[in-house]
Amino acid sequence: MITESDIEHIAELADIGISRDEVPEFTRQFNAIIEYFEVLDTVEGENAPDTRVVNVFRDDEPDPCLSQEEALANAGSTENGFIKAPRVM
Amino acid sequence: MAGTLDFSPDDRYNAFITTCAEAPFGDGPLAGTAVAVKDNISTAGIRTTCGSKILDGYVPPYDAHVVDLLRRAGAAIVGKTNMDEFGMGSTTETSAFGPTRNPVDLTRVPGGSSGGSAAAVAAGLVPMALGTDTGGSIRCPAAFCGIAGLKPTYGRVSRYGLIAYANSLEQVGPMARTVEDVSRLMSVIAHYDPRDSTMLDRPYNHRPSAEVKGLRIGIPEEYFGEGVDPRVGESVRDAIGVLEGLGAETVPVSIPGMRHALAAYYVICTSEASSNLARFDGVRYGPAVDTRKSWHEAYQDLRRELLGAEVRRRIMLGTFALSAGYAGQYYAKAQVARRKIREDFGRALREADVIAGPTMPTVAFRLGEKTDPISMYLSDILTAPANLAGIPAISVPCGRVDGLPVGLQIMGRQFEDERVVDVAFAYEQEVRA
Repeated sequence: MITESDIEHIAELADIGISRDEVPEFTRQFNAIIEYFEVLDTVEGENAPDTRVVNVFRDDEPDPCLSQEEALANAGSTENGFIKAPRVM
Repeated sequence: MAGTLDFSPDDRYNAFITTCAEAPFGDGPLAGTAVAVKDNISTAGIRTTCGSKILDGYVPPYDAHVVDLLRRAGAAIVGKTNMDEFGMGSTTETSAFGPTRNPVDLTRVPGGSSGGSAAAVAAGLVPMALGTDTGGSIRCPAAFCGIAGLKPTYGRVSRYGLIAYANSLEQVGPMARTVEDVSRLMSVIAHYDPRDSTMLDRPYNHRPSAEVKGLRIGIPEEYFGEGVDPRVGESVRDAIGVLEGLGAETVPVSIPGMRHALAAYYVICTSEASSNLARFDGVRYGPAVDTRKSWHEAYQDLRRELLGAEVRRRIMLGTFALSAGYAGQYYAKAQVARRKIREDFGRALREADVIAGPTMPTVAFRLGEKTDPISMYLSDILTAPANLAGIPAISVPCGRVDGLPVGLQIMGRQFEDERVVDVAFAYEQEVRA
């Protein structure tokens, strides 16, 4: 059973803002969905890595890439060729 | 014969988010053909929104590989089509740009999430379009709007430039009014691209053949069971009967893992989404984040305002399914279930050459009918298994129920896209004749 405070905690972890009046609805829907997921309890067997799968890497050599102008073109806020972001600390 | 195509459609269906009034085109197999592109596929110089406010105004600086291939084939890219926000829905109602309407019946949804592409094709605004399919998003709207649509084998079409939602499940694919056009568009987009590391070099160069004599069609009981409208099941059985009349035989097969398919699908796609959608932070693209606030506050405020409820719900579900203490119960179990479903299809496709069933359990819903997330999720039950297994699956129209189109779904072995196209083509040619 997921509680309203669980929902607020998950929203915080996911950096998804939810407003106070959305919490009861999200909680109810979340519980219905989680209840549906419970069918997975009846899956037998262990999760084992698929041994047939291989990683595909390219050589670490520079390829043509976006110019600084192109890379900054969609940023909302730039300064001296840098992208501005909110402060982390 | 390079030139410019004038495009000013009467879009009463809200099929397009963006249209290009003068679309340039070049020489090649699709010279001058108008092609619409779903709005989660990057188009250099044409805004690309994923149906979300959080990408409003975003103009990609590069083309997706499939778009590059379209341009090189001479196609005129005439617009970007409406979709459920980030592909998260089966109705195209979660778009921030308003719902698309079904051209067959304006009170109905076109299906989703590639509903704009399906509606544009069904209404005759374009002859063909690109969609994307994570759990049925090409096949569902194809079925609901009465057109053909192919979800290719995973790894057959480059995902470079497709704005990711659930990487391990999704593929770009062709949608058109005829199977022949689906095949033509597939021939253009399925070419190797080293920038998608999950791709194999298995180009598609195929002309459909209507020969099905001796073909073994597997009929899974699970595709005709509870939750499937019996009249839809009946239409699909009739269509399979048409293929039998052409010399195909049917064999019963079973996909026991189907009972876990939908839960596994939703755990996996939401987990992948929770990681993929973390990039939408208003810093590098989209409406600007308020840089005066602290990081978490700014980020949360922006995402509350600019992401719809279904997108936030799925990001939260994925965050929960991957969180400490729950990952073993949900994500790990979902991976086991996925492996079993893949094995089920592998076994069934040794007993049969293709598998047939309905694409969707019902005909198109009424606008506003699916208000509860679970009831919307349940409608993906017959399409999501092909994504979990990575196999090709096509939907082709097969009759109507209550005047609304029904889709026949043909699934095949990995990298046998040609065969599912041929079977759909054989059916289409026979009923048109």
